[in-house]
Amino acid sequence: MTILDIDQPVAPPPRRKGRRGRATALAGTDRLTLGLMLGIPTLLVLALIWGPALASVALSFTEWDGVGGLSDIRWVGLQNYADIFTTYPRFWPAVQHNLIWLAFLIVLPTAFGLFLAVLLDRKLRFGRLYQSVLYMPVVLSLALTGFIWQLMYNPDQGLINSLIGHAHTDQINWLGNPDLNLYAVLVAAGWKHTGYVMLLYLAGLKAVDPSLKEAAQLDGANGWQTFWQVTFPVLRPINVIVLVITVIEGLRAFDIVYALNRGRNGLELVSVLITDNIIGESSRIGWGSALAVILLVISLGFIVTYLVQVFRKEERS
Amino acid sequence: MTSAVGVRPKKSAGSLPPGSGLGGKHDRPRDRALRGALHTFLGLTCLVWIAPLLWAVYASLRSYDDTAQHGYFSLPSKLTFANFAKAWTSADLPHYYLNTLLITIPALLITLLFSSLVAFCVSRFNFKFNLALLMLFTAGNLLPQQVIIVPIYRLFLLTPVPSWLSDSGYLLDSQFGLVLVHVAFQTGFCTFVLSNYMKTIPHELTEAARVDGASVFRQYWQVILPLCRPALAALGTLEFAWIYNDFMWAIVLIQTGDKMPITSALASLSGQFFTDYNLVAAGSLLTALPSLIVFFVLQRQFIGGLTLGSTKG
Repeated sequence: MTILDIDQPVAPPPRRKGRRGRATALAGTDRLTLGLMLGIPTLLVLALIWGPALASVALSFTEWDGVGGLSDIRWVGLQNYADIFTTYPRFWPAVQHNLIWLAFLIVLPTAFGLFLAVLLDRKLRFGRLYQSVLYMPVVLSLALTGFIWQLMYNPDQGLINSLIGHAHTDQINWLGNPDLNLYAVLVAAGWKHTGYVMLLYLAGLKAVDPSLKEAAQLDGANGWQTFWQVTFPVLRPINVIVLVITVIEGLRAFDIVYALNRGRNGLELVSVLITDNIIGESSRIGWGSALAVILLVISLGFIVTYLVQVFRKEERS
Repeated sequence: MTSAVGVRPKKSAGSLPPGSGLGGKHDRPRDRALRGALHTFLGLTCLVWIAPLLWAVYASLRSYDDTAQHGYFSLPSKLTFANFAKAWTSADLPHYYLNTLLITIPALLITLLFSSLVAFCVSRFNFKFNLALLMLFTAGNLLPQQVIIVPIYRLFLLTPVPSWLSDSGYLLDSQFGLVLVHVAFQTGFCTFVLSNYMKTIPHELTEAARVDGASVFRQYWQVILPLCRPALAALGTLEFAWIYNDFMWAIVLIQTGDKMPITSALASLSGQFFTDYNLVAAGSLLTALPSLIVFFVLQRQFIGGLTLGSTKG
């Protein structure tokens, strides 16, 4: 917001004309410099992100085992998609797990993160300490999170079974039981995600104009009303960003399940199925690409939402 | 936006009437009870939050014999650092730290360089394609990596590189290839953040430099870049953590175990060398150590970086 406040007076319509005049007046070497400054990074991003993304789309309509040359690529139309949707036994469980993952992340860590942010957004003794502890997991990698929680979940030596008295008799196999392990892993993932959400909301809450709250209090609103009717609506941009980040995290989820058991036995995710096509035993390029495109289509909706949110003001100015 | 760079604005002291918040000094009994409840709740939550790490520390400090005999949920007969020493030497952890360093540092520097270059051009000149370019970069960073992983793998398999860059002769199975992927992926986010930051720097500065005859590159290098130090510090910290934490790219693009960065190597080491839980715990903690150091030393920059991209609104 500060950006625009500063930016607007600098760029009223008449000046813009002047600037365009300057742009054409750039010296030859400067033009070359600008071209290189913009060109090299853009080429890299196009070559390694957007090119491959389009290639995924194209390859998803083909069949190719990747062994022979490019000439072995055979066009099969929508066959890969049809097979994935109808006959691939691992696909629907993976989708289901991804959906549970998303629903869990959106509901629990997000709500808890917001709750903690609201509690911590005040002058409080030890406030900084609480914050630090709560977001410490954010710096750890998801793979490492998996390892650390493995120690917690171990059936006969883990802390959790020991605490609830199931360590010696009637052991609960948190990570081995396919009905249970997804949720066990989600707790670990939520452990990391909550801190992130809390940080984003804390930053958002700090930016809320305190006079808004004061006005609401003067009008006789209690804390609960003030939060839901004044503060929360002002946080809308943060809400959108938290939502998008959470969804993207949910779609990307891979590291933790792969580190734990390579994404099998109840921990299948769409991302694992895609990766299996490269480092797994089978090398089916078209098949893996079709899975990737399904992921792409789902994520594009959220990416567009994010872009609209963050670039809205710039479009207007 | 600017306020999010490593600094969190303190709430002005007089913003709340005394006694209305939980922090006031002259609280009524009810407020004091509420504050007690708040501290109890937060304290317990923090205890639960830190428990997995403490448990790992506890397991790592105990000897195998001790835990084999008494179980993990017991008082220790003695605490020892032997597991750390064993994990360090038997799995040759220094080697993997070095791999990580060889990947993370170049990737970090190139990412910051590229993104600051693009951000400079986009924020200082009114090109028609500025917004489209920014969106291209930002959206690229948000794509799930698996969307592009199949073609990237094929592309890397087909791209020969000189042997001094990669002893496999191809981008696949080379740390250089990994650096390229990280740069491509992370540049998007950094460009977005830096361009927002640079827009807050008055145009007059570069104009004055231009009038004095400074070339475009000097305007970037000597005028704008030094002013971006706080943003670069925040992004650098954050990107270090992200690249250090990468697991998937290395698992897919590196095939020789010897070349793996430490985060990805841990998965294979845990079966081979880290045979008991005490060792796994020690190995995990050693892997977490650089992240935790960053967290404790550069906390401010880390938070600044995390919230940089989001608080613009």
